[in-house]
Amino acid sequence: MRRFLYELSESWKIAASQMRSNLTRSALTALGVIIGIVAVTLMGTAIGGIQVGFDKSMSIFGDDVLYVGQWPWRKVDDWWNYRDRKKIKTEYADALNRMIAMTPNSNLMIAIPTSSVIRSVKYADSEVSNVLVRGTVSDYIITSTFDFKEGRFFNDLESRGGANVCVVGYDVADALFPSASPIDKSVLINGQPFKIVGVIARQGSFLGLFSLDSIVVMPLPAFQKYFTAKSEADILVKVKDKTKLAEAKDELGGLMRRVRGLPPEKKDDFSINEQQALKSTLDPIKNSIAVAGLFITGLSLFVGAIGIMNITFVSVKERTKEIGTRKALGARRRTILLQFLIESTALCLLGGIIGLGFAFAMCFLIGIAFPSFPTQFSTGLVVISMVVSVMTGLISGFAPAWTASRLDPVTALRYE
Amino acid sequence: MVTSTRPVGPLVIDIENITKDYVMGEETVHALRGVSLQIHKTEYIAIMGPSGSGKSTLMNMLGCLDTPTSGRYEFNGKNVAEMNDDELAAIRNREIGFVFQTFNLLPRSTSLRNVELPLIYAGIDPDTREEMATHVLHEVGLGDRMNHKPNELSGGQRQRVAVARALVNKPSIILADEPTGNLDSKTGEEIMALFEDLYQRGNTIILVTHERDIAVHARRTVHLRDGLIETDHAGFIPELDLVALERP
Repeated sequence: MRRFLYELSESWKIAASQMRSNLTRSALTALGVIIGIVAVTLMGTAIGGIQVGFDKSMSIFGDDVLYVGQWPWRKVDDWWNYRDRKKIKTEYADALNRMIAMTPNSNLMIAIPTSSVIRSVKYADSEVSNVLVRGTVSDYIITSTFDFKEGRFFNDLESRGGANVCVVGYDVADALFPSASPIDKSVLINGQPFKIVGVIARQGSFLGLFSLDSIVVMPLPAFQKYFTAKSEADILVKVKDKTKLAEAKDELGGLMRRVRGLPPEKKDDFSINEQQALKSTLDPIKNSIAVAGLFITGLSLFVGAIGIMNITFVSVKERTKEIGTRKALGARRRTILLQFLIESTALCLLGGIIGLGFAFAMCFLIGIAFPSFPTQFSTGLVVISMVVSVMTGLISGFAPAWTASRLDPVTALRYE
Repeated sequence: MVTSTRPVGPLVIDIENITKDYVMGEETVHALRGVSLQIHKTEYIAIMGPSGSGKSTLMNMLGCLDTPTSGRYEFNGKNVAEMNDDELAAIRNREIGFVFQTFNLLPRSTSLRNVELPLIYAGIDPDTREEMATHVLHEVGLGDRMNHKPNELSGGQRQRVAVARALVNKPSIILADEPTGNLDSKTGEEIMALFEDLYQRGNTIILVTHERDIAVHARRTVHLRDGLIETDHAGFIPELDLVALERP
């Protein structure tokens, strides 16, 4: 064991002196690994960023909320079967809440009706178009994941009375009130004034597709009065225990069938959706992007590894006589194997560290130049790229090191 | 004329009827064709022979760099012929000190580090290593050249470093292959004086050479020809040797 340690430290010294004495060669070989590690690390960072953005987007649905709607949140091949389903109505929420209240040990907590349209929002001379205007009840806040920048959500009294109040998203507030506070100001939607009582903190965009901050939320009676006579809706149902989501889903399915008055032989004419289902639809897409990206950038690391293998073969050839001498002085096969493995690994590790430094700097610069680009530099990534470097060194150095260790001492000593 | 005047020590090398064949393409070369040799502790022996006589092959056998095709080889009572690579490496490390014609020093390491190398493979701790290496470097007269690299040393000094490296593990035998082959005659004589000194201090030396001027320093001379021992006698008998070498 002790001898192994001495041989190990000796091997490190040899590796260091080899790198010093063949500086250009080592630098060029390490460059291959540097490029490989930079590519893989940046790709890993981008994938990490996509993952974080994805999770953040998903989190707005809440992991303890079920969504009752006409359409399922997945790709359907028989869309015509869904098209003619009866619309989901806001009144269902009241019916569901009554049944939940009467069910002992219900897995469900509360049902919330929401109804939405797209409208423009005006204040003085400013106007924001394509704003999602949503009518709901004050309990909506229970199912939501957002925070308030200022102000509050509308209260129960305002909700029931259908007061002309609203809560605006960050983008709406920012566009209409760039310098002043929007609280207690009135915005015009469809020519009707609505007093702002709260501003939602910035939520970002959903998968980079559309902004979650371009939104106005108001009491449902007011919404129905000014925007639509029909009561088409989505129903949000919060569950009590998110570990019992499946049971809650079954229970909600039963309740909805009662609301709809469906006889047992008929299939459901509504869909119950959840965050997890959407995730499992989108996950494969995200994962194949990650795998393809890592594979392509992994190729550049592979080229670097071939460079290391090549240079280690050259090194073994050049130092055949030295290997012979070492064997004559008592170096065993594994000593020689270890020596060349450490040389290739040291080179890869050096390349890996430099590459990681470059990648870190580039991430930092990208972060400054394009703040919206998702980059995620983690300690996990640092550890992984170091492990990848060492593995690259070991794998690419093995064949030449094995050759060296099997050299016949007599032949090696005679080699000129 | 020097003859072996002192009593010899216990048997170190005991070779009986060894052969070595090399396959070269279609042909099989019989480099050694049945050599028997016994070498005792504290002997100073020269192995001579023209090129192609099997001299180098015998040296490789004695140095445990190679194993015989057939025959018995015992080193300090241990059967070398059946050892595996790692066991042979251990014998070379502890029992044999090599001195090469071309010195074979590590070019980027100092004298001290070169001499320490066999000790690293023996698993000796750094402090003891440095102490032992320093000691032998003083012994060969290079106490003031310990931190010089080979390219900062003269040929004779390089060979002294190599001799120190051979001595550092206190081996049973020192095996020198043409140790003066790359040196001018004056420096060569200095190295031979160093070997004489080592011999006087009780070391066992095996000298492989084709030069009679070098072989005369040994106390016993073995002549090889065509893979067989031709003569093996105490001292060096120039007349006889001359005859042996000049025979067609």
